[in-house]
Amino acid sequence: MTPGASDGLVVDAEVRRGSFSLTVSLAAAAGQVLGLLGPNGAGKSTLLAAMAGLTPVSSGRITLAGQVMDDAAAGTFVEASQRPVGFVFQNYRLFPHLTVAENVAFSPRARGMGRQAARSAAGHWLNRLGLTDLAQRKPDQLSGGQAQRVALARALAGQPALLLLDEPLSALDAGTRLDVRAELKQHLAEFTGPCVLVTHDPLEALVLADQLVVLEAGRIVQRGTPEHVARQPATEYVAKLVGLNLYAGHANGSRIALKAGGGFVAASQELHGEVLVAVRPSAIVVSNQHPQQSSARNIWPARLTGLTLLADRVRLDLEGQPSALADITPAAVAELSLSPGSQVWLAVKATEVAVYPRAGGQPD
Amino acid sequence: MVTRIAPSHLTARARARRSAWSGAPRSVPPPLLVPALIAVAFLVLPLAGLLIRAPWRHLAATLSGTDATQALILSLWTATVTTGISLVIGVPLAWVLARTTFPGQRLLRALVTLPLVLPPVVGGVALLLAFSRVGLIGQYLDSWFGLTIPFTPLAVVLAQTFVAMPFLIITVEGALRSADQGFEEAAATLGAKRMTVFRRVTVPLIAPSLGAGAVLCWARALGEFGATITFAGSFPGQTETMPIAVYYALENDPDAAIALSLVLLLVSVVVLVSLRDRWLRGGSVQ
Amino acid sequence: MRRFAVIAAGLVAVAAAGCSSSSSSSTPSASSSAPASGTITVFAAASLTETFTQLGKQFEAAHKGDTVKFSFGPSSGLEAQITSGAPADVFASASPTNMQGVVSAGDASNPRNFAKNTMEVAVPPSNPASVTSVNNLAKKSVKVALCQPQVPCGKVAAEVFKNAGITVKPVTLQPDVKSVLTQVETNNVDAGMVYVTDVMAAGSKVKGVTISASDNASTLYPIAALAHSTHESIAQAFVAYVLSPAGQQVLTAAGFQSP
Repeated sequence: MTPGASDGLVVDAEVRRGSFSLTVSLAAAAGQVLGLLGPNGAGKSTLLAAMAGLTPVSSGRITLAGQVMDDAAAGTFVEASQRPVGFVFQNYRLFPHLTVAENVAFSPRARGMGRQAARSAAGHWLNRLGLTDLAQRKPDQLSGGQAQRVALARALAGQPALLLLDEPLSALDAGTRLDVRAELKQHLAEFTGPCVLVTHDPLEALVLADQLVVLEAGRIVQRGTPEHVARQPATEYVAKLVGLNLYAGHANGSRIALKAGGGFVAASQELHGEVLVAVRPSAIVVSNQHPQQSSARNIWPARLTGLTLLADRVRLDLEGQPSALADITPAAVAELSLSPGSQVWLAVKATEVAVYPRAGGQPD
Repeated sequence: MVTRIAPSHLTARARARRSAWSGAPRSVPPPLLVPALIAVAFLVLPLAGLLIRAPWRHLAATLSGTDATQALILSLWTATVTTGISLVIGVPLAWVLARTTFPGQRLLRALVTLPLVLPPVVGGVALLLAFSRVGLIGQYLDSWFGLTIPFTPLAVVLAQTFVAMPFLIITVEGALRSADQGFEEAAATLGAKRMTVFRRVTVPLIAPSLGAGAVLCWARALGEFGATITFAGSFPGQTETMPIAVYYALENDPDAAIALSLVLLLVSVVVLVSLRDRWLRGGSVQ
Repeated sequence: MRRFAVIAAGLVAVAAAGCSSSSSSSTPSASSSAPASGTITVFAAASLTETFTQLGKQFEAAHKGDTVKFSFGPSSGLEAQITSGAPADVFASASPTNMQGVVSAGDASNPRNFAKNTMEVAVPPSNPASVTSVNNLAKKSVKVALCQPQVPCGKVAAEVFKNAGITVKPVTLQPDVKSVLTQVETNNVDAGMVYVTDVMAAGSKVKGVTISASDNASTLYPIAALAHSTHESIAQAFVAYVLSPAGQQVLTAAGFQSP
């Protein structure tokens, strides 16, 4: 995989922070939103910090729009304040002693604009993000959603060439998150430069990102479109993250014996050896009784241990051999009178069982 | 097994009072109350003594016979200049101590806080050794510029700065250490160079501590005696500050001493009360 | 709070004096039947620092079991402390005026003069202003340190200037004669008006410029046991010692004249 366009962000570096080491090689093209997924401690914040110039790389290079930002070998380093980077922090970090308008005007003024010019630049961005009414408020008088928008406006007001967002929606409650996410998508689409977005939320990644990069323990373990990553997750973490059922097993023709117990029959007959089996939660049919004469080749009993309400479905946590996540409609939950402890039968068609070799699929 | 709990009785009025206090303790537990009262007594009784024994009826007459006006004006402006100087040179030093590391930093910090523990007269002698006309630096000031520092108001300011500036430095250093540097990082990403960050983000965020430190510095400078009288000497109008005037008055005319003390007390209370709400809440803006 | 350092210092000094005088004593009553063993506190003029310290040691050697503690300072300040109730046992003043103040307040009676002192001009060893007589002090270019006017050494200096017919504008008015001496010793001033005994006591640290007998003024040093002393017999014994030939010898050797 070769890092892409020279008009975007190219990172090919190693960053060492204490005993932690991060090695990545990635690129984000102009106008593209790169989603950075990974568990805590994977190195996402470190990577963002390196892109922003808050920490130097230990080896390698970072270039933005063709200009070298950081080159360990050549000794070149562009300070954070000199880089055309806008950063939206997880907790926003709005300056508490300045009003919303002054916060947004901070970057233009810091970069040399006169007071009046900065004020009108800020006004323009406040307008675009619907914040004009809040211009004179102080950050502690803002709601979470409003603060998030101010943080975005503040970052954009500096006319950055690269936009970095660190978990931009995580501080918001579920309801606000939905609205803000939609708005954010629109603003990101309007942003002409590359954009790197760190997130924990799979839905957020699926909605906002054009490309996903999954980091684990300082290394990239998978990259690709969100759909691809969701459908063919390379690691347990990603599978869990997007709610996919992922199992390790040993294949012998079309039969796979799962390490966790139980087995699957897959449509493919060619596989042998160590494999990963993926079954989408929405592909599992849940019944109160053992289905009679079904086309599904995989039927097994399970016990319901938990229910989670998602946007348009209910995700069931089922314990059995193997255990699984299954998505069904709320109506179905009511019809089947499901509650924790209920004994059910699960069915999955062989054609819905995705199997791929253990080494992890690398996308095109 | 549930142990029997004996509820206490809460009248309607007590209920209303408790909910009005919204969580604040409604009474002080005795092990804390008694020492607290003793502390209050320690602080209040001498002040009460001052107020009670004051020659209220002929206060004006008593004061007019002293160097009160000259001494007060001198004390006020020298303390203010001292605070100004301490802010200009002390805050950068506090920043260096809080935000950088270099070999010998601990030693530097100890030296900076030395005037806090040094007896003021010792401080005065030290200043003499440095700045008198035969002093380490003083001799060059004298021979090159004809500048003699002792016995001038400049000496008063120097003596006050020596003893009072450490208060400001320590307060500001503490505030900088505990401040959230995330804001400074954010400012950097927004294009602010280091001095801009210092000016527009760091300093405003520690404003309460800065104010508290400045008030402490001013108060310490106002009350400075030992170093001043040794280094600057004492001469009415030139170097006789209020504390010195009070000390001399004590020998001559105790009533005058009390009157002068009252003036100093009044001025100090006015300054502290007018600044209290804005500055003495301490800490930094979150 | 440093603002009240002065009053507090006064109170603390009083308390300290009180503590030191009662810390090791076991006798409460002030009658003559109290055992002659205990600690007394002597308030003495600053100019008596060296001589009285020595007299104290000699007294303790001669009176086993008794301890003498000193508080040296300007006589006017000591007078103020005594009349406000400071627990001292003996007062030795550098001026009859301050003793009179104590007597009028009822805190002492029957003072006796035990020494006389005259003034001398002290200059730094290098004599930077080339002072050769007290008249030089009137020159504007000469930096002079004096005692505060209400302190004995200040009053006597004023008398000297009157006798010499000169006006002297000092650069500083110090609280007591010893701090005037310090200003001279550190070469911070060109000259200071101190007592003859101070110049002697300072040794090579200062040089003395004699004041002619016609210009010079003197001050008498009275001593008295204080009325509220808790160790009257020891106090009286100390007073007697100072007045005795043994005591007078020490004083004369230091440059004091007999009263």
